[in-house]
Amino acid sequence: MKSLETLQAELTAALACSLELVPNPAVPAQSSLRIRSDQALALAHFLRDTPDWQFDFCSNVTGIDWPDRTEKIKVKRLVDGVEKEVEETRTVPGFLEVVYHLYSIARQDGPLILRQRTANRDTDTTVTSLTPVWRSCEFQEREVFDLFGVRFDGHPDLRRILMWDGFVDFPMRKDYVEPDDYEYEPTPHDEVLERAQRHYPAGEAAA
Amino acid sequence: MSYPGAPAISFQPRYAPDGTEQDGELLEVSLGPQHPSTHGVFRMDATLDGEKVVRLKPVFGYLHRNHEKIAEGASYLAAMPYTDRLDYFCSLTSNWAYALTVEKLAGLAVPERAEYLRVITAELTRIQNHACVCGFLLQDMGALGTPLMYAFRERERVLDLFESLTGARMMCNYLRFGGCRCDAPAGWLDAVRGVVAEFPRFLDEFEALLSNNEILLARTQGIGAVSAAQAINGGLTGPLLRAAGINYDLRKVDRYGIYDRFEFRIPLGEHGDVFDRYMIRVLEIRESLKILEQALKTIPDGPIIDPKAKLRGFRPKAGEAYGRLESPKGELGFYLISDGGPNPYRYRIRPPSFINLTLLEDMCLGRPLADVVVILGSIDIVMGEVDR
Repeated sequence: MKSLETLQAELTAALACSLELVPNPAVPAQSSLRIRSDQALALAHFLRDTPDWQFDFCSNVTGIDWPDRTEKIKVKRLVDGVEKEVEETRTVPGFLEVVYHLYSIARQDGPLILRQRTANRDTDTTVTSLTPVWRSCEFQEREVFDLFGVRFDGHPDLRRILMWDGFVDFPMRKDYVEPDDYEYEPTPHDEVLERAQRHYPAGEAAA
Repeated sequence: MSYPGAPAISFQPRYAPDGTEQDGELLEVSLGPQHPSTHGVFRMDATLDGEKVVRLKPVFGYLHRNHEKIAEGASYLAAMPYTDRLDYFCSLTSNWAYALTVEKLAGLAVPERAEYLRVITAELTRIQNHACVCGFLLQDMGALGTPLMYAFRERERVLDLFESLTGARMMCNYLRFGGCRCDAPAGWLDAVRGVVAEFPRFLDEFEALLSNNEILLARTQGIGAVSAAQAINGGLTGPLLRAAGINYDLRKVDRYGIYDRFEFRIPLGEHGDVFDRYMIRVLEIRESLKILEQALKTIPDGPIIDPKAKLRGFRPKAGEAYGRLESPKGELGFYLISDGGPNPYRYRIRPPSFINLTLLEDMCLGRPLADVVVILGSIDIVMGEVDR
């Protein structure tokens, strides 16, 4: 397989799109490219249909939840008229990520790993569906929608797949709270919900 | 529904506004989740026009236990017994797929003898899985009992081997990162040789009974066919993809483990129909027996686990890895992300039988309902893996 840098350069030249190389320290051959959602569909068509690449097989689609995290940074501030280096904490906003593993059966090549990110975790969780390009994404994107809450723009049949239609939360998120009485009622309502709310501090009960 | 090839469906009410009964109405049939032909708790919502299927939507989740979430809360090693419960027919290949990915993530090497033991157990798994699938397929076609019992008789002998090697018949939990849990007991390899030597006789008998049977041919040829392009685009893997004529077997493509040392061929189909899938499985058993014979001849002595591998306090460095192998159902993949902690940050399974169901509707459209059962039987699903 050509190196990911070559691919990045070629794709940027051919489609005038912006790609970010995400290195992978554990398995260097499995670094990935982060693509922008608005360019994803054109890029996917290009990767599948260009004879040089022919990524005809989308093997795996999955989601990852990256919650808000805090990190410590050092900044220079004027403290009592003297410039000092002080440590501050800053919140890095979280996002959801969708990962695609592509292979080429025609050229026996791969994997090429693509990533799409959502803007945040609550209000704007939309990415572009690649099901119109690779049909094998259909159920897997539904699963990511079901368990992570990523909405796929352009998916033909975006419904819950493993959980039932009335379920309200997204169980694979890191901050998912199991209902209080799981065996009795997985989606709490009425008295179970009341009990769950008493049990957990305000706002944390899965409503 | 707006995907390409979606059927135009209009549900007509049974009675016209003036009260007269209309004909040509569509009928919705829910097959499962307790239907005996659905291989577990699987449901299909079929819409029928007369006897023809015009729409078919699979419904999943009856066996969902969020395996991925459980594994993300447990240590790397603690997820190993859970992988047994994915595809409970082929626990040893599920073990191997997981171990393969963790070894990739942590950079562990596997000793020679352990690689051989992995190949032997994986190929034994493959022959018993394929034998059972053919038995189940015939059971679904109405050959009640006999073929399935013959297949189960052979499976029983393979399970006895698993029991004496790992202590468990189905939930083997045999592999460890960087090797295997225990070495083969005395005489085990000879017992495997015995089973391998006798298996072709069973296959000959099985094929003499079935492969030219007129009823089997009538029920399977030309049924549920998918084209090669459709199969690739729909993500079919394993015997289904090869039945459509695509030469793609991960044992040859990725050459994981030590598969590059063995001589075997990849059977390919031509039509992608149910008969090709049946035949490919029978032929794959014969190829697996060849691999087993070669492996049993050349298995060396030596250690069975990488001395660098740690059972306790195992923390791979931060990073991610995707590993896959050719399980009897298709491409079984694991995708792991480590943040340096004792348990995986993200643990994802690429379940072959779940993704092979993507094209179920396309295979069934326009066929009578009775063929749906046969087509589903030829896909080879295990609900423990589909619903996870």
